[in-house]
This record gives sequence, C-alpha cells and structure tokens, in this order.
Amino acid sequence: MIPELGHFALVLACVLAGLQAFLPGWGTQRGNPTWMRSASSLALGQGLLVLLAYLALTWAFIEHDFSVRYVANNSNTELPLAYRISGVWGGHEGSLLLWSLVLSGWTVAVVALSRRLPMLFRARVLAVLGFVSLGFLAFMLATSNPFDRLIPAAMQGRDLNPLLQDPGLVIHPPMLYMGYVGFAVAFAFAIAALWGGQLHAAWARWTRPWVTAAWMFLTLGIGLGSWWAYHELGWGGWWFWDPVENASFMPWLVGTALIHSLAVTEKRNTFKRWTVLLALLAFSLSLLGTFLVRSGVLVSVHAFANDPARGVYILGFLALVVGGGLILYAIRAHRIESPGHFELLSRETLLLFNNVFLLIAAFAILLGTLYPLIVDVLGLPSMSVGPPYFNLVFLPLMLPLLFLAAVGPVSRWKKTRARELLRRLQVPLVLALAIGTAVPWAAFGSTSALVLAGTMLGVWCISGPLVALWRQFSRMRRGTSAGYSLRHLPRHMVGMTCAHAGLGVIALGIAFTTAFSMERELVMNEGDSVAFAEHEFVFRGVQEVDGPNYRAQQGHLSVYRDGEPIVDLHPEKRTYLVQSSPMTEAAIYSTVWRDVYAALGVVQPGGGWGVRLYVKPFIQWLWGGALLMAFGGLLALSDRRYRYRRKRRRT
Amino acid sequence: MIRGWLAVAVFAGLVAMLAFGLTRDPSRVSSPLIGLPVPAFQAERLASADEHFDSTALRGEWSLLNVWASWCTTCLEEHELLMRLSQQLALYGINHRDTRDEARNWLQVYGNPYRASAFDEHGEVGIELGVYKVPETFLLDPDGVIRYKHVGALDEEAYQEQILARIREGRP
Repeated sequence: MIPELGHFALVLACVLAGLQAFLPGWGTQRGNPTWMRSASSLALGQGLLVLLAYLALTWAFIEHDFSVRYVANNSNTELPLAYRISGVWGGHEGSLLLWSLVLSGWTVAVVALSRRLPMLFRARVLAVLGFVSLGFLAFMLATSNPFDRLIPAAMQGRDLNPLLQDPGLVIHPPMLYMGYVGFAVAFAFAIAALWGGQLHAAWARWTRPWVTAAWMFLTLGIGLGSWWAYHELGWGGWWFWDPVENASFMPWLVGTALIHSLAVTEKRNTFKRWTVLLALLAFSLSLLGTFLVRSGVLVSVHAFANDPARGVYILGFLALVVGGGLILYAIRAHRIESPGHFELLSRETLLLFNNVFLLIAAFAILLGTLYPLIVDVLGLPSMSVGPPYFNLVFLPLMLPLLFLAAVGPVSRWKKTRARELLRRLQVPLVLALAIGTAVPWAAFGSTSALVLAGTMLGVWCISGPLVALWRQFSRMRRGTSAGYSLRHLPRHMVGMTCAHAGLGVIALGIAFTTAFSMERELVMNEGDSVAFAEHEFVFRGVQEVDGPNYRAQQGHLSVYRDGEPIVDLHPEKRTYLVQSSPMTEAAIYSTVWRDVYAALGVVQPGGGWGVRLYVKPFIQWLWGGALLMAFGGLLALSDRRYRYRRKRRRT
Repeated sequence: MIRGWLAVAVFAGLVAMLAFGLTRDPSRVSSPLIGLPVPAFQAERLASADEHFDSTALRGEWSLLNVWASWCTTCLEEHELLMRLSQQLALYGINHRDTRDEARNWLQVYGNPYRASAFDEHGEVGIELGVYKVPETFLLDPDGVIRYKHVGALDEEAYQEQILARIREGRP
C-alpha cells in the first residue's frame, strides 16, 4: 500500500511540476499576477510530494518490501539499516528519485530565499525549475519507476552492490547531486534574465550565493568520490579519469569559472553575456554527465543498468533544455550590455585568463571523454584515451591557473601596476622558491621537475591570497583592535583565501604523493617481517571473521616505525554472501604526513598470502585541500551582505 | 549574436553525435584493425610481473584475445562460454585497467579460462587495440592477423556464426 502511495505522490508531483512549468511563465507573458504567484505554492506542494515519495521508498527498504522490484534488486534482509537507508540511491531508479528530491529542495530554497526578487523574474526562475523537474519526474515515471511491483514478490533481495556498502558512498551521491542540481538554479536565473531580455545590476548578486552553494557541494562530492575510490577500490589510486568522474569534474571546472566571472559581473558590471553563457554551460554539463552515466554510451567503472530507451529520453531532454537555453541566448544576448571598461593589466584580465584556462581544461576533458564516440562517428579507428592523455593536457593547464590564483587576489580592479604586483608578491615568491627547492630535498632526498613545480606553485598559491588578506587586516587594524579586525574580516575574502589555499594544498599533495609514493607487492607467511619505506611490517596471520552480510578473511599486520609500534592494520578480503563477489577492504592508517596502506591479496599456491603495501606521503592533503575549498565556499556564503539582506527583509 | 549561434551549432553537433552513439549496437562496431596483424605490444603477465606477454607470439594457431576486468559486470555474462571455449581454442586475456590482486582473485573465484593474461594496468594496451567497451574479443588467425572483433559479452550465437564460421572457412 505504501509503495502505491509513493507512486501516487510521484504522479501528483509530476502534474504540479507541469503546472509550475507553464502557469507562472504564461502569467508573465499575460501579466497575470495570480498565475505568477502560483509558482511558490506549486513548488512547495511539489516538494512535499516528492519528499513523500522518497520516504515511501525508504520505508520499503527499511521494511524489506521485496514486492517492490527496485528494493528486491538492491537490498537484502541481512543488509544493515544504514545501508538500507542509503541503498535507496544505490541504483538507477532510486538515484533519480534522489535527484528529483534534491531539485525540489533547491526549488523550495529559492521560494524561501527569493521573496525580494521582482515578481516577474521570480516567476520565470520557478517556471524554469519546474520544467527541469517535470522532465525528470516524467522520465522516472515513464522509464524508471522505483515503485514498480514484482509479482510474485521475491523471498529475498539480491542485495546492494558491495562496492556501494561503504560510509563514503552514503554521502557521496547526495553531495554530488546537491552540486549538479544546484547549477539548475543558476541556469534558471540565467534563462529568466534572457527571457526578460535584461540583466539587472543586481542579477549577479542574486545568482552568486546559489552558485557558490552548488559549487561547495560539488567540491565535497568530488572529494568524497575520490576518497571513496581510494578506500574502496583497493588499488591505492585516487583519480582515474573515468567517464563518470569526468562527468562530475567538467561542471565543477565550469562552475569554478562561473564563480569568478560572477565576481566580475557583480563588482564591475561587465562580462555579463559571458557569465550568462557559463551559467547555461555549467548546468548543461551536469545534464550531459547524467546522460553519459545512464545511457551506457561510454564504458565506465560505475555501471548503471543500461537501457537504450532511457538514453533516448535523456538525450531528448538535454537537447530541449540546453538547446532551448542556447537558442534563447543567441536571440537575446545582444540586448545585454557590458559597460565596464578595464586596462590590459587588471584583475578583470586576470580573471578572464582564469576563465579561459578553466574552460579549455573542461573542453579537453570533454573531448577525451567523448573521444571513443567521436572517432566512431568519423569512422576512424575506434579507440579510447586513457589517463596519459588527460594528464598530458590537464597538468599544463593547471600550472598557469595555480600561478594566477596568487596574482588575482593581490591585483586591483580596472588597472593594476606590474611593479605593485611584484612588490606584494615578494614574500610568496621567496617562500615558494625556498620551500619548493628545500623541502623535497630535506624530506625525501630527491626532487624532480614535477615536485619542484608542484611545491613552488602550491606554496605560492597558499601564500599569495594570504598576503591580500593580511593587507586588508592591516588596513582595518589601523582603526580598531586586532581581535575586532580579525573577526570582521570580510567573509567572502576569507572564503576566497581558504579556497585558493585549498587548491595549493591539493597541489602539494599531488606533487608529493605522485613522486614519493612507494608500493610493494609480496608474499608473506605468518611471522614474516619486511622493512619497506622506513616502516617495518610484521605479518601476524589471517583469521576468518563474519560480517552482517559477508564473510571475510582478515589479515593482521603490525607496523613499526623507528622500532616503535605505530599501528595494527587489518585488511580484509570479503565475500558478500548474496552476490558472492569478492571485495578487497584495504586497511589504511592515515596521518597528516603519510598513509600506510595495506591490502590483502590471495592465498599463494605454495603457502603464504599475497600482500600489497603502500606508503603514500601527503595523500590526505588532497582531501584536506578539497575540504578547505568547500569551507571557503561556506565562508563566502556567510558573508555579511547576504545576512544583511535577510535581516532587512524581516523588519 | 555570432557567439550564441556558434554555441548552438556546437551543441547541435554534440547532440547529433550522442544520438548516433545511441543507435550504434556496440557489439557491431567494426574495427579498422580487422585484416591487419595484431598491434605489437609487450606487457607484464597478470600472473607475474617478471614474465612478459608478447602479442607477436600469438601465432601458429587460431586464437581469441579477450579484454576483461574484474570490475566489469558484463564479463561475468560471457565467462561461462569462455570457460567452455578454453577447452577447444587458444584463449588469451588482456586484463584492462585493473589491479593484479582483484584480477587474480576474480580468476580464482570464477575460474581462469585464459592460457595467459596480459596485465594492462593503465589501459595502454587497450589504446593500441582501440578498446571501446569492456569486454571485447578479437579473433586472430594463425598468422596473427585480426579477423573479427566482438564488442560486449560474447554469446553462443556470435561464437557459432562469426568466430567458428571464420575458423572453418580459414582452415584448408
């Protein structure tokens, strides 16, 4: 009964989404305020219904309702409760429902936080969001209904894909979707602006916090995905240039470009058309990512069950939404004028370069991801491009970006002097040169071009924005106490500093972990010990352990450093009972400076166990940097100018 | 607004290409490598990093070269058939973008149909062979020339009609 309720709620939500897509929009054409205002109530109603449907599916998972096909395919009575709740988004249908739920969440947030927007504009924004929602709800109902019944009901479920039974995965997709879908808001704002044919001066200020929020979630989502791959795939890698990873990375790159060009549009009233185009592109790439993941046109580690009908539908929807948006842009964009002027050497120019590099990077990744298709269309030898291609094109594009990340913050709008830049960047320059050359030598006894470049640019990128922040702090302190100045530093500036520093931290992490990671595969018998990468590993044997829905062979390794015991590692080889698939659970001991990583291999014919050991210096810096970036986004969101607006509304 | 229409045009091209991609039956993608000798490559063997897998050694008899991975779910679909074929045909594997451990474990759990597998950790051999979707299977004649390429899970029908037929024709 409850699944039927969920299904019914979904149908109703779809109807409301249809109304939300057309009624307010029609109202703005006819000048009918009642229709325009209906958007908010429709959005709220739709949000409630989607939530209801989502809860109904969650209930079916918790209660083991195997008469629901989706539940029978993705759950099992032995599956722990936490994974039953997260199992809701473990397959295609349920993750679409999560997509819709997240979109409704964003829409409701727009309803709640945009009361001060002009009625006309607000109605159009909500109409566009309603249209996007309609597309996904109809898609779900037509091809991928999570509430389909299975008759007769299964006695037992086929269990959740063991790869997905990991805490990292519990939060990874929701974060990613928050990011993906969040760009729908920026898209809706852009369409609404084009629809009206004018871009208010305040448009960028309205759009900015939404983009920052979406970007923050996407950053967290990508970081978590990489962390999950590192932990769960058991081969010590953290980025694979897999089509699905690329699908989330491209919108991130364009979203990052959008954040920067929005800053120019808000502060300097220029770059307007470009910013609108970026807002369209960011969401287009999110949709394209959805298509690539679910249509099966490309091979990927992340397998969703593929069905050609789904591919056709999403492609059609993609063509409609993005094509429509771009055509509107082509017709209307010339009405938008960008009056601001700036000199060749100015913050505007630096940000323009930032945008160019980010977009080229996104384009290069798109090209690489679609390459198998492109050559197929052209009738060339069919082939795929692997990590070598991506590293080759991506790294050279990142180096100038890292360089700019320190120069931009200390530059001035409109016009800046080279001599001035140089003076402000003296300290970062000295630091980068000193640390970049000395530290790798001191810590690892060797260096290379990659390490040199990575360390110098990493330090440069952390210290440059700090100089800008310090200048601001010094200016403020002249009038007041240090503590007060510190607390009242402009949050958007602190946020930017954090985000740029996070990038620097990631650069350091990548440079060190790529250059100095050690790896060893060997066979160990009980009692064997091996010295490796300044650690000693003693193998204490393997025992059988039973998990809730798997059986595991658990190894036991004692790790010593300088003769002192530092940790006992318990890597596992799991066999999940239902899907009988073997899984490697690596055991990882993480510190700020290095990870000690052990994975259990297979029993050797001659006795003993295969063991794989890694010592990976600085690898946690990758995710630390991503967290710092996301935290920067959060700080920027908490900036006083947004709070001020909210306070004023209440009075 | 030239830039806008340019964006529209690029996007239309993209959609056309993706639509084309959807219409392709991935298992019938013809490979320009057909009729040519298998590209020369050397890789480590899956079983041991010290031994080499040399593609130029694949001659003297008809053989199948199967690209697989432990993360690939479709590979399990064709696995049973491959186990059967391994009784009658020389079957070699290319372990594509995988880890040694996972791959060896996979073979241990499900059975190993391959005489030997090349370990293609980063997919470089895959690039040589134009691997498009895993699994893929190449049929090589006794001169080491690629005669047929199958994309996706191999099934009985494809085996009978495409592979066995070619071997029968080719034999004097």
